[in-house]
Amino acid sequence: MSDPFLHNLLSIEDLGEEGIAKVIALADVFAEVNKRAIPKVPALRGKTVALAFFEDSTRTRLSFETAARRLSADTITLGKTGSSLNKGESIRDTVRTLEAIGADCLVIRHPCAGVPEQVARWTNISVVNAGDGWHEHPTQALIDCYTLVNMRRLGWPEEDVTGNSRTSESLGSQGESPSPREHAPEELPLRGIKIGIVGDIKHSRVARSDSIAFSRLGAQVVLVSTPPLLPTSLSFWPVEVVHDLDSVIGDLDVLYLLRIQTERGGGRVIPTLREYSLLYALNSSRRALLPRHALIMHPGPVNRGVEVSYDLVDAPSSLVLKQVANGVPIRMAVLYMLLAASGGLQLDSDASLSTAMTHVETGEWMAYSEDTEHRSSGSSTPSVSGQAGERAGV
Amino acid sequence: MGERERRTILLGSRRVGIFVPKAQVMSAAEVRRALTRMTHEIAERNQGGSEVVVVGLQTGGVPLAQKLAATFEEIEGSSVFLGSLDVALYRDDIGLRPVLPEATTYIPCDITGKVVVLVDDVIYTGRTVRAALGALGDFGRPKAVQLAVMVDRGHRELPIRPDFVGKNLPTRRDEMVDVSLEGVVIGDLFER
Amino acid sequence: MVLRLPLFLVRQVNEPVSEVLIRGGTVVDSTGTKRADVLISGRRVSAVEEGILPPKGVLVLEADGCIVSPGLVDLHAHLREPGMEEAESIETATRQAALGGYTAVVAMPNTNPPIDSAAVVREVREIAKHAMAEVVPAGAITHARAGERLAPMAEMAKLGVTMFTDDGDPLQDPQLMRLALEYSVGLGVTIAQHCEDRFLANGGLVHEGAWSSKLGLPGVPSVAEETMVSRDILLAKVTGGRLHLLHLSTAGSIDLLVKAKKEGVTVSAEVTPHHISLTDASLVGYDPVFKVNPPLRDRRDVVALHQGLSSSVIDAIATDHAPHPPESKEVPFDQAAWGMIGLQTALAVALTVMGKKELPHVKDAAIDPSSFRSPGSSTGAGGDLVISSNVIGGQSVSPTRGAQIQVASPEQQLSFPELLSLMSWKPARIARLFPRHGGPVERGAWANLCVIDPYAKWTVEANDLASKSRNTPFNGMELMGKVRHTLFMGDPVVIDGIAQR
Repeated sequence: MSDPFLHNLLSIEDLGEEGIAKVIALADVFAEVNKRAIPKVPALRGKTVALAFFEDSTRTRLSFETAARRLSADTITLGKTGSSLNKGESIRDTVRTLEAIGADCLVIRHPCAGVPEQVARWTNISVVNAGDGWHEHPTQALIDCYTLVNMRRLGWPEEDVTGNSRTSESLGSQGESPSPREHAPEELPLRGIKIGIVGDIKHSRVARSDSIAFSRLGAQVVLVSTPPLLPTSLSFWPVEVVHDLDSVIGDLDVLYLLRIQTERGGGRVIPTLREYSLLYALNSSRRALLPRHALIMHPGPVNRGVEVSYDLVDAPSSLVLKQVANGVPIRMAVLYMLLAASGGLQLDSDASLSTAMTHVETGEWMAYSEDTEHRSSGSSTPSVSGQAGERAGV
Repeated sequence: MGERERRTILLGSRRVGIFVPKAQVMSAAEVRRALTRMTHEIAERNQGGSEVVVVGLQTGGVPLAQKLAATFEEIEGSSVFLGSLDVALYRDDIGLRPVLPEATTYIPCDITGKVVVLVDDVIYTGRTVRAALGALGDFGRPKAVQLAVMVDRGHRELPIRPDFVGKNLPTRRDEMVDVSLEGVVIGDLFER
Repeated sequence: MVLRLPLFLVRQVNEPVSEVLIRGGTVVDSTGTKRADVLISGRRVSAVEEGILPPKGVLVLEADGCIVSPGLVDLHAHLREPGMEEAESIETATRQAALGGYTAVVAMPNTNPPIDSAAVVREVREIAKHAMAEVVPAGAITHARAGERLAPMAEMAKLGVTMFTDDGDPLQDPQLMRLALEYSVGLGVTIAQHCEDRFLANGGLVHEGAWSSKLGLPGVPSVAEETMVSRDILLAKVTGGRLHLLHLSTAGSIDLLVKAKKEGVTVSAEVTPHHISLTDASLVGYDPVFKVNPPLRDRRDVVALHQGLSSSVIDAIATDHAPHPPESKEVPFDQAAWGMIGLQTALAVALTVMGKKELPHVKDAAIDPSSFRSPGSSTGAGGDLVISSNVIGGQSVSPTRGAQIQVASPEQQLSFPELLSLMSWKPARIARLFPRHGGPVERGAWANLCVIDPYAKWTVEANDLASKSRNTPFNGMELMGKVRHTLFMGDPVVIDGIAQR
């Protein structure tokens, strides 16, 4: 990576395992912020985040907007309606206009793959891909990684956490969950986990980003679909492919269900939605084949009754709501990382996940510049999370 | 890490300088005694401290706050709330110091109506404390906020004054002070 | 010297200087290679021999170390005039043609109005009267290029139109295609097809393969082209019609072509400079400048095209010059226009990809090899003409935006005569322009010539090309081979790489 500071987030491949780990670590910070009485910090005060959504979106747009505002950034929202794009203005001119207005970051979603990458060539402001066509959805992949890493911190899959409602509150809280550095440093956080991504892979940007991200964190990814709903070639993908869900379901730790993308042509491939359900939906009989500890994920919005039967969305093993909840801290982490000037995260191409996750333990810390305190905590490891998190003496 | 003398100083993962120690100004015992004295002062000022929340500032103030809270319990026989606060997101110089994911913020209770004692290792320009006051405001409205520091090295840039001080230590701006429970060392920072 | 001019080529302005001498070059044409000076008097070649002494008042064009070739002939260019002059005009297109060594270009009929009647053919000829190369209009097969009923092919054929195509909108209806081929037999014309089954293409934007899967762009499968190639070869066989296959791009298409030629089907085929030089890996940055139809294919297909060229199964290299203004290319990939410009770069790309990296017939011509100029390359003191490896020896040339030129393997590379045959005399025969264009350089021949410095290296700068548009995929890449002079009907339209008007 020639530029050590990440300027854009266009593809999950911009991050690598080290970058993913850093985003997750930052998300812990922002998960704590989100629990405060006033869940807002002045970190990005004075920055402007433009949200350009050229395709319908509810959760992603709301989640980015919330994330930006909780960091005290101003937001500008631009949709496919109500903008000059309807008057024939090109995206290029729109982006230039946003830059001229003084936006610092452009979060963009577009129905055509590659638009964020093109836009990044036309502007100097940071560009975040919020989903481009069939290509990628990197922040969703980060959310999914974060959700699973949090489960791992709770001891899953060795411990059964699925039936335990108490755990749902503590996710993302450093105060109550073991921190990632308690893993062996060389251990990738999802090593040994087998994740089946099921459904319309071909038209799914989530499947593309997730396959890469999960694999980077050490998970084994299996794509389960019928050939017309699979990409023509998987030579770039670190995955295996299975056509029959029931043949692998018993080995899965995570069942990741995708939405059938009727608007992208996925609906034409399968004769009927009933047939799709027959092949790939999660119903109670399939649930019985899934291991007890297995978790269910879905990027939303869920077509209840198509990919998953009505009640299973809300089952204890379903992470769907946790995925949604993790959207805000992850997107806060991404925006903070890109926009907090040189304080953003630096990616060293030669550093590995383990060093990223453990570098605090070396105790080598920051020196402030001229106007700040010179101090160091070199001789005491700042391991507060466990001890300070309790009322002393009780 | 304490045995390492010369240390590479990192800002995030960027190396910004090398710390070369030159004199020990407080021993471990002196630090311990100063903490004990400050604890007495805090208890005295706050009538026993039933409503006191001790909050260590990340990262140097946290071990001092832990020790202080433990001492408080020994002295008064009753406990205080103990928390930690990372002010990186509140600083007026965001970008100079990255958020350290490991520097957690933990506020143990509702601070509205309570006395918050901020604990830090060194007070210098006062900007960290200013940021901490801003951050505390997002958690509630304390009855009072007091400030305890192990070393006051002068050079204030804001109208901020500590309530409890371990040691006043005149320094030059290009020096650096390293505080831990093992002692206080003054040294030079050579920027790279 | 008295000259007789063909009436339809009498031009009213820019009477050529009376005499031009091309001195010091090596003449390469369909009859062979020889060291000779070429004297042009008026519109015709008046002498081809060694050591011609320049007559008084003659314009001398130096050709030391250069190849003197019949002018190049492009079977496939979109000139955009009439109707889309914001992208290109006949004037700007033929200026590029001249700069690229072409003396004739076949103008595709997808203009506005389309060339689907005698009136439009006449209009195009009228506009092209002052052009810097001969513009040869191709007619549309169907009325308004709508693929529904035949256009008045006979009235266009009467005006001399010899090639008909609905390029850009492939003729899908098999019955109509059969009809067109049958009808063409009686007219003695060629039916050219853009081979793409629109159902199988299914809205695809790039080659269906590893890269389309990675990039999340809908793919056009190779079989969409091959189905149509196969169908039209069968129809040509049944009807006896003369079929020309435009811009073939897949290995499977080449296999079908080999088989058809073996069976004696009257079929010819062209490939483009971009399909023989670039792969779908160029799309890595989603730059729509690489969006073209047929799409850039994968490495295997590119190698198959190299093989097709070296085995002579492919008849021509044609540009598919398709200019588009920046506003049609600086848009999301799915909205971007299809096509690339190529007239000015085609020869250099062909030489870079397919050219044998050695001098032609140096010994036969008995000239000092060091007289072949190769600026910037390692012309050793001993006349050792090895081109530096980043151009020739390696697989690729100066990558920009992920695009890399795929150089043919040494056994597939072509000699200069072989390569020029694909760009001059073979396409001239397909378009029935031979020998006016592409004919042997001999006394009495029409003076349509180009002088090529085969080892000159240059870097493509989109802004420096003579097109109104900028959509070259080769921007920033270093190519080998540059046109030094071009003579169109005796008129030196390009001298020392500079267009004269």
